[in-house]
Amino acid sequence: MVEFFQHIVNGLSLGSTYALIALGYTMVFGVLQLINFAHGDVFMLGAFIGMYTAYALALHTSPSLAALMITLLAAMAGCAIIGFLIERFAYRPLRNAPRINVLITAVGVSLFLEFSGQIIFGADPKFFPQVYQPQGDWMIAGVRLNPLQVINFTISVTLMLVLQFVVFKTRLGRALRAVSFNHELASLMGIPTNRIISLTFVLGSILAGAAGVLVALSYPKIDPLMGIMPGIKAFAAAVLGGIGNITGAVIGSFILGLAEQLIVAYGAPTYRDALAFVILILILLVKPAGIMGVHRAEKV
Amino acid sequence: MPDSTLLNLQDVTVHYGVICATEKVSFSVASGEIVTLIGANGAGKSTTLRAISGLLKPSSGTITFEGENIVGETPNVIVSKGIVHAPEGRGIFLNLSIEENLDLGAWTNPDSDSVKQQLEYVFKLFPRLLERRKQNAGTLSGGEQQMLAIGRALMAKPQLLLLDEPSLGLAPQLIELIFEIICEINKRGTTVLLVEQNAHQALEIAHRGVVLETGKVVLEGPASELKKSEAVQKAYLGG
Ligand SMILES: Nc1ncnc2c1ncn2[C@@H]1O[C@H](COP(=O)(O)OP(=O)(O)OP(=O)(O)O)[C@@H](O)[C@H]1O
Ligand SMILES: [Mg+2]
Repeated sequence: MVEFFQHIVNGLSLGSTYALIALGYTMVFGVLQLINFAHGDVFMLGAFIGMYTAYALALHTSPSLAALMITLLAAMAGCAIIGFLIERFAYRPLRNAPRINVLITAVGVSLFLEFSGQIIFGADPKFFPQVYQPQGDWMIAGVRLNPLQVINFTISVTLMLVLQFVVFKTRLGRALRAVSFNHELASLMGIPTNRIISLTFVLGSILAGAAGVLVALSYPKIDPLMGIMPGIKAFAAAVLGGIGNITGAVIGSFILGLAEQLIVAYGAPTYRDALAFVILILILLVKPAGIMGVHRAEKV
Repeated sequence: MPDSTLLNLQDVTVHYGVICATEKVSFSVASGEIVTLIGANGAGKSTTLRAISGLLKPSSGTITFEGENIVGETPNVIVSKGIVHAPEGRGIFLNLSIEENLDLGAWTNPDSDSVKQQLEYVFKLFPRLLERRKQNAGTLSGGEQQMLAIGRALMAKPQLLLLDEPSLGLAPQLIELIFEIICEINKRGTTVLLVEQNAHQALEIAHRGVVLETGKVVLEGPASELKKSEAVQKAYLGG
């Protein structure tokens, strides 16, 4: 039983990481109906920005929570800029182009980031400096908790709550939801739609950047292609939850994280990576729009 | 009234691809007026409003607002200049609450006191919206959505209000109310350009009318004269 709880904790931690990435997919899809294939690569860049920041500031020589926070903030800031640039120079010029052109461009941006990464960082895996090294495990009610996972979960959930607040309680968030409902209508309110779309990419990329550092902390080997698999799975989680829906992306991610952890623990670890798609197919058979997805009906 | 011209369209031609939707449309709206744009389905009424609010870019012609050419400006900039367009088909954000819809209407209004005032005014006009302000706008009936659309357009305190068929699909009583409200808004200082299928009622409240036929202005004049015009009688007033 205790073991089971440990798997649950691990699953929640994994799920929260997927959620950080999935939120970017779902928000961008919400405003542009675009699957931003480059999003997983922004996650990868977050890890590398974190690594270079840690080395530059010698943060790994005195691991602490503060060092982790600095690394995180650097990665989030760097990814915010990258997300802004991707939208500004790759997607905005195609705003009125056919959807397929934008889709191909997204694939292009993804490949560009992956292979630029290989040129700049090198193709071989790098060791991510340990900016935070908790000693031993924490025991809570007989359950052994890995502090890294607790930290990972806490930071992820905090960021998600901040995002939730921004999207649902602020003026900008209201504008973001208006733009995702209908660009033209939003512009008739006086909302600068392009700026709101930029904001969406920036917010999504900030979360992906944070995820990059958090994952690298637990799995400290990073390479320029590390974003592909988590990217695909987070995307699957977003679709599972109902793409375009923020709450759905979080729910989908936790389902996926838990399922993955449990299948590794009790079933067939080899199927770990396929599981996301099995769940996806099963849920979409029952609910084609995803768990939280709704078909909008106009009143006449 | 050439000196009080608020909006002026000069030879405005709009194409959808190769389809020509309006051809050399020219008319003007003076400050303080209600001008109604009437015409059959497909005559180019909505197209004209969309060109004014910047949703469409005319292929030729000029549109000036307070003497300044606004062709080529983005819709959000045009809103900030004081032109608010309540589009055809209500255009409510069905994923937002009623209150949030109204707040978005005030996006360009930086003065929070004036926003509050407008909100009170809108709730006074449409008490139903006040009762349900926390609810999702998608739960409103069609008529209530229309009220919300008009109320939201007022939130920006526009100088010029473009209304595209505000009475569409409403019960006669409600249509009456909407027209009364348009008159009242106008008396409070908002200039109105009104597109209507209900030509009869529109001419009743308007100062002037412009008649469009397959993308061209065929008639223009004081509302009282248009009402008497045989052509208008035959085509739009069922007379
Ligand atoms: N998106 C579009 N693409 C191509 N043609 C269009 C488009 N929108 C309108 N049109 C055409 O432009 C012409 C004018 O349309 P518009 O919507 O302005 O008419 P309207 O006067 O508003 O009609 P209604 O009273 O039915 O609303 C019509 O012939 C219409 O078919
Ligand atoms: Mg129309």
